[in-house]
Order: sequence, then structure tokens, then C-alpha cells
Amino acid sequence: MLAASEPFVTSSRPCSLQSEANVPTVDVKLVDVVKRFGDAVAVDHINLEVMDGEFFSLLGPSGCGKTTTLRMIGGFEEPTSGLIELQGQDVTWLPPYRRNVNTVFQNYALFPHLTIYENVAFGLRRQGVSDPELKSRVHEMLALVELSGFDARKPTQISGGQAQRVALARALINKPAVLLLDEPLGALDLKLRKQMQVELKRIQQEVGITFVYVTHDQEEAMTMSDRIAVMNRGRYEQLGEPEVLYERPTTRFVAGFLGISNLLPGTVGAADGSYAAVRLADDTTVRAPKSLFVADRSGVSVGVRPEKIRMHEQSAEPPAGHNQLSGTVRDASYIGVSTQYIVEARGGAQIMVYEQNVERATKAELWAPGESVRLSWSPDHTFVVTDDEGAAAAAPR
Amino acid sequence: MTASGMTMARPKGTFSERFVRFWNRYLLFIFTGLAILYLMAPVIVIALFSFNDPAGKSNFVWQGFTLDAWLDPFGVAGLQSAVAVSLGIAFASTIISTILGTLIALAIARHVFRGRSATNLFIFLPMATPEIVLGASLLTLFVAIGAPPFFPLSAGTILIAHIMFSISFVVVTVRARLAGFPTHLEEAAMDLGANEITTFRKVTFPLILPGVMAAALLVFSLSIDDFVITNFTAGGTVTFPMFIYAKARIGIPPEVNVIGTIIFLTAVGLVALSTVLSRRRTMRDERLARMQIAEDHK
Ligand SMILES: Nc1ncnc2c1ncn2[C@@H]1O[C@H](COP(=O)(O)OP(=O)(O)OP(=O)(O)O)[C@@H](O)[C@H]1O
Ligand SMILES: [Mg+2]
Repeated sequence: MLAASEPFVTSSRPCSLQSEANVPTVDVKLVDVVKRFGDAVAVDHINLEVMDGEFFSLLGPSGCGKTTTLRMIGGFEEPTSGLIELQGQDVTWLPPYRRNVNTVFQNYALFPHLTIYENVAFGLRRQGVSDPELKSRVHEMLALVELSGFDARKPTQISGGQAQRVALARALINKPAVLLLDEPLGALDLKLRKQMQVELKRIQQEVGITFVYVTHDQEEAMTMSDRIAVMNRGRYEQLGEPEVLYERPTTRFVAGFLGISNLLPGTVGAADGSYAAVRLADDTTVRAPKSLFVADRSGVSVGVRPEKIRMHEQSAEPPAGHNQLSGTVRDASYIGVSTQYIVEARGGAQIMVYEQNVERATKAELWAPGESVRLSWSPDHTFVVTDDEGAAAAAPR
Repeated sequence: MTASGMTMARPKGTFSERFVRFWNRYLLFIFTGLAILYLMAPVIVIALFSFNDPAGKSNFVWQGFTLDAWLDPFGVAGLQSAVAVSLGIAFASTIISTILGTLIALAIARHVFRGRSATNLFIFLPMATPEIVLGASLLTLFVAIGAPPFFPLSAGTILIAHIMFSISFVVVTVRARLAGFPTHLEEAAMDLGANEITTFRKVTFPLILPGVMAAALLVFSLSIDDFVITNFTAGGTVTFPMFIYAKARIGIPPEVNVIGTIIFLTAVGLVALSTVLSRRRTMRDERLARMQIAEDHK
């Protein structure tokens, strides 16, 4: 993960310090792209830059405009307004066959009347590649997706996972600058999906092609992507590396879409050092990194992930400088690796806490409903969200 | 049958139970047989009477076996030209209406344009209108225009009429086929570098071909046996069905039975051929796939 995200860290340095090969170039650029279907706005002023060789995901709930965005990049849909660039070239009005991108469709869209071999060879035949080279490249590609020897079969004679890999091979063989994938694993069962996630990532690293990947599965996006844009209602609310999105979500929507989070509304108070204080409803004060606060906004929610919280006896003294809350255990569910508690804070908020079953493992040692506890977590694990969606989305990264 | 054989083989149960079992087992065969007999009886009669040696003009009573009609099928005056006219019109109208109908079906299924629903409606009208009304109105129209190629009535006007009603059937058949496959396939082709024309040649057309062929066969048979509309628009031209109709009053010669039998056998032959070809193709595909599966497991 670190190696993969490195280019984007270095990109903030001045270009002159870097050798030519290290400068990540922009492969896909969307400038203020809007797509309307009649009155409905499917994509609402999106600005994006996807870097060369990056695994970039568009993540969001059903109907948020992921497919529409992808189809505009592929050339199957014309934007209502805005600009689409591929490797610096304006392609907004070019048909799909004039763009150096290929697509893996959600339902694979394999040609049913052609064999697997001809399906994979389709793109090369259009380029006029002739036989000895064509044959070796098709076989090479089938080997890459581990389907050697499937040449003569028809798409109806292979399994879903195999069809998915044929679709991938058929697109990759053209060596596109960018590969677009629209929920390519959506039709597969869970086990196969996990397997294919690893497979896809391996292939992407092997061929070094930029992937733009659409999914509504947050776990899938997190495991595979270098960066993710979390979309909601036609725009993205936050864009960044998976860890950043998880650890420091900036909107309520992002915090809720990527995993479970506890959100506590409060008012912004004074800053001390690198932290700022937020006074919660029950009059306790918690601290969060000052950099996370949006200026001129006093009403915010602070958030913390359930696994970041530690539980103590009411009388115990938590680590110095940590945020603290007192409450009563309301529910405890033992699920093997961990126990999930719901704690009702004094102010009435229900707080979810995951505790690894390390120190306490037997029933007698677990916290029981009704017990008074003290919760603590590091201010560095505290994030701040604003409630109106889209506030952070307008600007490019 | 030995005594033990009887007790062993004899199905158990009362007569009515055995009857029900027999009924359940053979019901399908019995009904299929009856249905085929019902459908085939007229054809068998036609074929049989093509070998008849009728005493007078009428070919309704079996008089004796002869090969005369088969050896000289066009021995009756006017039959040859009637068959030639019918075949010519059928081929021409099939080709033209299949091309036009396929294009219309593609337009309706793949594009949103002004007047699309109106087109849809107009396409259905010829199928819903009684033939006699269609024929009469065409006659009125052709006479009213009063200029070639619509007037005087001729093989040309028959062709125009046949193309008109055939288009509807082609559109409906091809559109059903188009509805069955997703636009994604065409997008995939374009994604892989095929322009519109190549996409049509390599993806759309091969996929709708079975529908187009079915439509062509359908409209060919509609054209070759159409009587009502043809009769209104023919003028002095005589087609095969018109020839038979005219002869029916004085007695149909066995040569007509010969032509009818030949047409029937040709149709059956074509269907059999296409079945054999497609089965052979499926078997080849399956054999290849099986061979590969065997290799996979080595
Ligand atoms: N051809 C179309 N005509 C009209 N509305 C459309 C069309 N395509 C998409 N939309 C609308 O645009 C919005 C975004 O659709 P889109 O397909 O991009 O969603 P998505 O994020 O891919 O959702 P999903 O996860 O369900 O695939 C939806 O509200 C959808 O109803
Ligand atoms: Mg979608």
C-alpha cells in the first residue's frame, strides 16, 4: 500500500527535483463535468485527476452517478457540460473507438457468437494486427488471466469468474492508457470475489495500466485502491487514500459509508497547541486535531471509530490527554475475535465500542450490561465532520 | 406367456387403475400423433393425387396411378408462367422487405427519434387490417394515381403490395430478436475500436441474423400464397394462387398438385437442412469444449 501511494506523496514536491520518469502524469482529467438526464442531475460538477498507473476507485451507493461518470470517460455518454481529458488530450466529443481506454462491463458483454479466442482478439483485429503476432498476443493475454486452452469455447460454456477474466483480457490486450471497470465483480459470489480482488490487483500491478474502478462495496474499494473518491448524489464528498478516508472522514456521509463510526455533535471551543476543543451535549470537552476544523463553523460533530475506544473501570485514570466519556454499558455481544459493546454516554448518545478479546475473554471478565464505565481515546484518533454534504467536494485534490 | 411370467409382468391393480397408468404414459404420444395426422392429411392427399390419372377434368376421385403429371409438370397452359410470376414476386418482395424491415426494426429498437411511436403504430396497421380491405384500398389508390408504376395494374403493383404487408412482419420478427440482446454488446464493440459500420457487421448483424432469416422465410411464404390482395392488384397478371382459383371451378389438374408437393418438399428440405447444420455446429462446439475440459483436468 505504501509503495503504491508513494508517487502521490512525492507529487507535492516541486517537479524540478524529480527525474523525468518519476513525475506522475495525469491520465484522466474531469473538469467541471455535469450530466443531466432530463431534469435529473446524474453527475454534478465533478473535478477529478487520476494519475498514471493508479488504481482509482469511485465508491458510492446505488444511483450516485458512478456508472454515468465512467460511461462519460469511456465515450458512451456525452456530458451536458464540462471537459474530459485523457493523457492531456480533450476527448469530450470523441466516440469510444477513438479513445485510448477500454471498459470491463458489469455484465461482461462478451460476444456470444464468437469464441473466447475471437472475443479476446476482437480489438487487435480492429487495429489490423495480423496472424502470427495476433495469435501470440492472445495466448499471452489468456495466460495472464489463467485461461490458457479456453480458445475454442463459447462464452456460454464458461463460468462467471472465467467470463469476468475473459472480459478483462479482451480489454487489456489493447494496452489502453486507462482501463474502466464497472462493478466487475458484482455478479460473483463472495469467495470468488475475494479471490478476484487479489487477482485484479496483481494484474494491475503487472501491466501497470491505470484502473478506474467503480464499486459500491467499501471493503473492496479499500483493499484494492490507491485512492478513492466517495460519491454521493452526483458528486464526490471526499477523495483520498483509503486510510485517510477511514481515519479522517470529513463528512457524515463518508464516515458512515466507510465502516461504523460514533458521531457526537458539539460546539467548537478554544484551541490549545495543535488541538482544538469541542464541547459535547453532556458538557464534557473532547479534543481533536486543529487542522481538521473548517474555519467559521462552530457546529460540528466529532467522530471516533469503535475500535479506537478503550473501556476502563469508572474509578480508573485513563492515559493523560485522552478524550474521556462516562457511561453505562447497555449491550454486549461476544463475536469471538472481539466483543461489541453499546455504551450509553451520560448525555444520552449511544456509543459503539469494539474490544479485542485479549485481556478479557471469558464471560466473567467481559463488561456486563448495567456496569458503569469510562471510555477513552486519543485525540489523534478523533475526526471532525461537517453535516452538509458536498462542502469538501468542489475543489480538486 | 408362462404362468409365472404372467404374475410377474402383469401390472398390479384394477382395470381402471391400469387404464389410468396407460393413459398417463401414452397420452403425449397419442395426442402428438393425432395432431400430426390432422396437419399432414391435406398434404398427403395433395401428394397422392399428384399421381392420379383423372378421367375427366376434375381430380377428386382416384382413377389410377400415373407419372404423367410428374414427367411434365408444366403441361397445363398458363401454369408455368403463373409459377414464374409468383416466384419472381416472392423473391423480390422478400429481399426488399427484409432489408427495409430490418433497417426499420434497428431504428425503432436502437434510436430515439421524433415520430418513433407513430412509426410503431403504422407498422402494426397492415397486420391488423383485414386483407380484403387492404386489397380494395390499394386498388383504389393505384387507380387514383393512374400512372406507372402504380397503374396499369401489373406484376409491379403486386410487388408493391406484397412489400407493403411484408415489411410489418419483418419489423416485428427482427425487433423481437433485437430486444433479446443488450446494447452493451454494441458498446463493447465500439469500446474495442470498432466504428459504427464494423460494429454492425461484426456484432449486430451476426446476432440478429437468425431473426432476419426467420423473417425472410415468413414473408416469402406469405407472398407466394397470397390471394386476396394479389387478386385486387394484379390486373391481367396471373399468379400461382390465382391460377388455381381460376381452375378450381372447372377442375384442378394434377400438375398443380405436383407443383404444390414440390413447394412443400422444398420447405421441409430447407428446415431439415438448417436443423442438421445447427445441430452439427452445436455438437462441434461441445466436442471442442469437452476436449478442452479433458485437457484442463490432465
Ligand atoms: N439513461 C438514463 N436516463 C435517465 N436517467 C438515468 C440514465 N442513466 C442513469 N440515470 C440516472 O442517473 C443517476 C445515476 O445513475 P448511475 O447509473 O450513474 O448510478 P450508479 O452510481 O452507477 O448506481 P449503481 O450502483 O446502482 O449502478 C440515477 O439516478 C439514474 O436513475
Ligand atoms: Mg452503476
